Amino acid sequence: MKTLQELQEIRDRMKSRVANRETADESDVRIVVGMATCGIAAGARPVLAAIGDEIESRKLTNVKVSQTGCIGICAYEPIVEVYVPNREKVTYVHMTPEKVGAVIARHIVNGSPVTEYTYSYAVANRGGNA
Amino acid sequence: MTELSLNILDIANNSTRAGAKNVIIRVAADRAKDLIEISVTDDGRGMDAELLRRMGDPFATTRTTRKVGMGVPLFKAASISTGGDFSIVSSPGKGTAVTASFGLSHIDRVPLGDVGSTLATLIGGAPKTDFKFVYSLDGKTYAFDTKEVKSVLGETDLTDVTTLSYLKDMINENIDNINGGYII
Repeated sequence: MKTLQELQEIRDRMKSRVANRETADESDVRIVVGMATCGIAAGARPVLAAIGDEIESRKLTNVKVSQTGCIGICAYEPIVEVYVPNREKVTYVHMTPEKVGAVIARHIVNGSPVTEYTYSYAVANRGGNA
Repeated sequence: MTELSLNILDIANNSTRAGAKNVIIRVAADRAKDLIEISVTDDGRGMDAELLRRMGDPFATTRTTRKVGMGVPLFKAASISTGGDFSIVSSPGKGTAVTASFGLSHIDRVPLGDVGSTLATLIGGAPKTDFKFVYSLDGKTYAFDTKEVKSVLGETDLTDVTTLSYLKDMINENIDNINGGYII
């Protein structure tokens, strides 16, 4: 059974890793997940969980994940926005936990956005799904 | 919504957006009464009578009243469609309590789902808010409180992914333990 004491031990082990980057905020990548009613209903919660799992398993320390309200294009939810410093924001639409691995690997780690999951791609190739 | 835990996430998000410092989420299931009751209680800024009245009519809102949306009507409809009761009590400056009951065995009742993930999402999204979660089945109870987590961990940052993932699993394990194989 998981306990808070065990969690404390895990956090103690992680401390050295975290301490190394206390001041690195300027270079952080931000990932923002839409978590309003529209996002939640479309599946944003498991997408957010998958992003967390992926960051944890890759031990990425320069990524900040946050949540926001309704982005205004509800039909494209779940929506994930990626902010890389000095780059234009990339908006991913119709996200799923399965797509998260590619976004983290190709965009966050290797710096190359996954074009076919983006809002602009979805609008340019509009099919039946919104 | 495909899980009641998603409604809980949505409704509790309203609490944090209303500036709540404390949010209490209760889920109580009782097989003998064939009932689940879910409540989300906060000490946020609350609503006046006019805003409360408008909660039942999401499509009548305009852009200037955008804070009223589909979340409450969806939760209410999910409850009523299973023979349950729904209520909101709110007072400006004091807070809001949303309570919904559901017929446990009703065919239209969606599963409770991943409550641990809902709590982890809430904590990560509003780290300054304290969340208390009380779960019970047939009187057997599990309670989770971020205040207790903070006192054991000795620091207040609960937003890193490792911590949130651990809390999610811990909450779900405790619920499973109480359920003893029964799926709600």
